Amino acid sequence: MIYLELLIGFLTVGLFSFGGAYAAIPLIRDVVLSYGWLDEETLTNMIAISESTPGPIMVNLATYVGCSKAGVFGGIIATFAVVLPAFLIILVIMVLLKKAIGNKYVNAVLMGIKPCIIGIIAATGCYMILNNCVTPMKQQVADFWPICMTAILAVFYYGSRMLLKKKVSPIILIVISAVLGVTVYGIK
Amino acid sequence: MIVSLFLTFAKIGLFTFGGGYAMIAIIEDICVEKKKWITHDEMMDITVIAEATPGPIAINCATFVGYRQKGIWGAISATFGVVLPSFIIIYLISIFLDNFIEIAWIANAFKGIRAAVGILILDAGINMFKKMKKKILSCLIMACSFVAMLLISVFAWNFSSIFLMLIAALVSIVVFIIQGVPSEKGGGK
Repeated sequence: MIYLELLIGFLTVGLFSFGGAYAAIPLIRDVVLSYGWLDEETLTNMIAISESTPGPIMVNLATYVGCSKAGVFGGIIATFAVVLPAFLIILVIMVLLKKAIGNKYVNAVLMGIKPCIIGIIAATGCYMILNNCVTPMKQQVADFWPICMTAILAVFYYGSRMLLKKKVSPIILIVISAVLGVTVYGIK
Repeated sequence: MIVSLFLTFAKIGLFTFGGGYAMIAIIEDICVEKKKWITHDEMMDITVIAEATPGPIAINCATFVGYRQKGIWGAISATFGVVLPSFIIIYLISIFLDNFIEIAWIANAFKGIRAAVGILILDAGINMFKKMKKKILSCLIMACSFVAMLLISVFAWNFSSIFLMLIAALVSIVVFIIQGVPSEKGGGK
C-alpha cells in the first residue's frame, strides 16, 4: 500500500527533521532508499532540483517522491505528511505549552539531538561526495572526471569565500556545476 | 484576512530560494516591517521555536503567524499558502523530468550537479558545527554520530538515523540529570 507507506515515511521525516532542510536530507535518503522508492542517482538529482526551485526543500522533495511514486494524490499525501508534524507542534506550543521552549529537560534533549544531527549531515555530505567519485569505478569505467569536478567546485566554492569574502549561493554553485558537466562530458 | 494570509504566504513560498533561513529574512520583511502582523520580538521567538522544533522552518513560521492573526483557520491558510507554489512547480517537474533526463546534454549537466550536491550538504554541516556551542559532550556526540552515520552509509546497514538521534537525546538527558542535581544545589534554587 504505497499511500500508507508514503504517509508513514514522510510523517517520520517531518517529525525528526530538527534544524531545517539539511537535517531532513539524511532522513529522506534513509526513508526513500530503504523503501526503494528512488535510486541514489535520481535522489541526488532531485536534491539539486529542490535546492534550485523556490519553497522549502523538504516540501519539494516530499512532493517529488510522492508524485513520482503514486501520481498527484501520492504527492499530496507525502507533502501533507511532511508538513503535519511541524504544523501541529507549533499549534500545541502556541495554545498549551508556551513554557516548553526553555524548559531545562527539553533543552537537555535538544542539546543531545543538535550535535547528533550536525554529525549526520556532515557524514551524509562526505558519503555523497565519496559515492559520486567512486561510482564509475564500481561500474569498471575509468572516469576520473567526478573527482576532478568535485575538486574544481570545492576550490571555487571555498576559494571565493576566502579570497573575495563573498559566499557563493547554492543555486550559483549548482548552475556552475551543470555548465561544468555539460562542458566536460560534451567535449569528450 | 484569511485570503490575505494565504496570498502573502503563497508569495513568500514562490519567491524564496534556498530554504528556511532565506525565508526567515523575507517573512520578517513582510510580516513585521510591511504588514505589521507580528512584532520584531515575536519574530525572534518564532526563530527560536522553529529551530527547536522539527519540520520545515517556513512551515513553523507560517503556522505561527497565521494562528496569531486568525486562529486555527489562519494557521491553515498561511501554511497551505506557503506549500502550494512549491507543490505545483515540483508536480510539473515530476511529470517532465523522466523525459528530460534522457536528453544527452541534460544528463551531462546532472553529472556535474551531483558533484556539487555533496559539497553543499557537507558545507551545511560544517556551518552548523561552527555555530554550535562547543562543549565536550556535544563535540563527543557529534563525532560519534559522524562516524556511525558514515559507517551506516558506506556499508549500507539497515539502521535509521532516527535511532542515532534518540540515542543522542538519551545520553544528553542522562548526563544532564547526573550533572544537573549538584549544580542546582550549588545554585541554591
